[in-house]
Amino acid sequence: MFDAQLVEMLWEGVVDTLYMTVVSTVLSYVFGMVMGVLLVICRKDGIAPHPVVYTVLDVVVNLTRSFPFLILMIAVIPFTRFLVGTTIGNNATVVPLVIAAAPFVARLIEASLLEVDGGVVEAAQSMGASTWQIIIKVLLPEALPSLLTGSAVAAITILGYSAMSGAVGGGGLGKLAIMYGYNRYQTDIMFATIILLIVIVQLFQMLGNWATKRCDKRMF
Amino acid sequence: MAEPIIKICNLEKKYQSKNSEVFALRGINLDIYQGDIFGIIGRSGAGKSTLVRCINMLERPTGGQMLFEGRDLCRLSDRELRHARRSMGMIFQQFNLLMQRTAMENVCFPLELVGTPKDKARARAAELLELVGLADRAHSYPSQLSGGQKQRVAIARALASDPKVLLCDEATSALDPSTTESILALIKDINQRLGITAVIITHEMSVIEKICSHVAIIAGGKIAETGPVEEVFYHPRTEAARTMVIPEALKPERLPSERVVRIVFNGASTLEPVIGNMILDCGKPFSILYSDLREIDGVMCGQMVMQLPDDKAACEKIRAFAASRGLVLEDMNHV
Repeated sequence: MFDAQLVEMLWEGVVDTLYMTVVSTVLSYVFGMVMGVLLVICRKDGIAPHPVVYTVLDVVVNLTRSFPFLILMIAVIPFTRFLVGTTIGNNATVVPLVIAAAPFVARLIEASLLEVDGGVVEAAQSMGASTWQIIIKVLLPEALPSLLTGSAVAAITILGYSAMSGAVGGGGLGKLAIMYGYNRYQTDIMFATIILLIVIVQLFQMLGNWATKRCDKRMF
Repeated sequence: MAEPIIKICNLEKKYQSKNSEVFALRGINLDIYQGDIFGIIGRSGAGKSTLVRCINMLERPTGGQMLFEGRDLCRLSDRELRHARRSMGMIFQQFNLLMQRTAMENVCFPLELVGTPKDKARARAAELLELVGLADRAHSYPSQLSGGQKQRVAIARALASDPKVLLCDEATSALDPSTTESILALIKDINQRLGITAVIITHEMSVIEKICSHVAIIAGGKIAETGPVEEVFYHPRTEAARTMVIPEALKPERLPSERVVRIVFNGASTLEPVIGNMILDCGKPFSILYSDLREIDGVMCGQMVMQLPDDKAACEKIRAFAASRGLVLEDMNHV
């Protein structure tokens, strides 16, 4: 049953899934980081209060997060085609993945940065630190353990989304599960993909925990 | 006299809510001179923390002036203010160290902010850790240090930018008594060796008595009284100051109703056993109701409250004896 061809197909699925997940996670962090930091510094009691920026971002993030992922994917098809030139395959999946995940990442980052003790920020201000210096030298480094924990959560969520994308032209393990498991009743292949997904999730979580523990200087 | 290094003129801080305004501070006037250790004491909610935070603009005053070396900090641009803040170190009740940095890296932080080269910053940080007695813990993280050690790191960090003023916001309130003692000694040492002016916010009388040269009593967002410590503590003129500085045991309702007097010692007469001689001289015993005497910088300071004997002649003798030693008997039952 598990012949060489099947193994190769599953392996390709794993590689595609990892590719989509990692690329989307990285890009989501690029956009999410900017939004998350702005949400923290622009809030009413932040270090650079700006009600307009805060409200706009807050609404945009909530709106985007309200979309079920499957519907978002279909809704952004024209935009995906405009950017990538096609709507199927790994790269095409990255577009909706990032659009869905970036606001989620922004909230994760916002929550992590808000955990940083306000007193420490105040101490930095009392030493004459600028807003930019506070972001780079205080908020992000002090929140690093929490940011790393969050990044494992984000990567696992994006992995879940990427599997869903198999339903509308995305690649990877999700596509295999739907094509063989759902459409052709080959339950064994579906089980194999599920087990692979479980293993990948475990690995992400372990990596996240390990990195958090390694960098956090608050626990001994 | 020289210009004060910090001059607060008619400072006001008002919190505005929808249909009411609350004055946290009103009509504050204070002069703090170079080299002073200036204490600001008050109960919780009196506005003392708001006041110290107005000094370096962590809170923006809503009125009045806050002059630092003659410049009104309220009128500075953000950039000028950041620059001015570097001349004022600040330490906090909760230490506020960067938890992900070692002691050494924490002390380097203010130097990094101004772009000091790394090796120079580390050399300076090592010097400062030596000064606060923590040279051997330079590579420890805050979570590995005790409260007193964390405050020492915070002090070293506050000194890194060579400030002229050290603002201490309840800096010893989270520490046990003996650690408090050692931190206060360190602040005093820094004041004397480096000539740094210290502003100390506290709710503890003992902190003020131990190291401050001047004190301001703040109550209800206003300065009730200000002056040299001995003067304000032993001869309070206002009701607000009196309730603050007079110990619980000396509140009128807790004292006998007659013949209660108070003697304030301020150093001159402690070589001789004054009270002993007083009793011998008048030939009648009397009870001591309260005594709080201690040696400060080699002279005896403090106050004692006693009830005089029920004998007019003996009382006259006691008063005469006290006068001959330069001590004033203050009648407590008429206060």
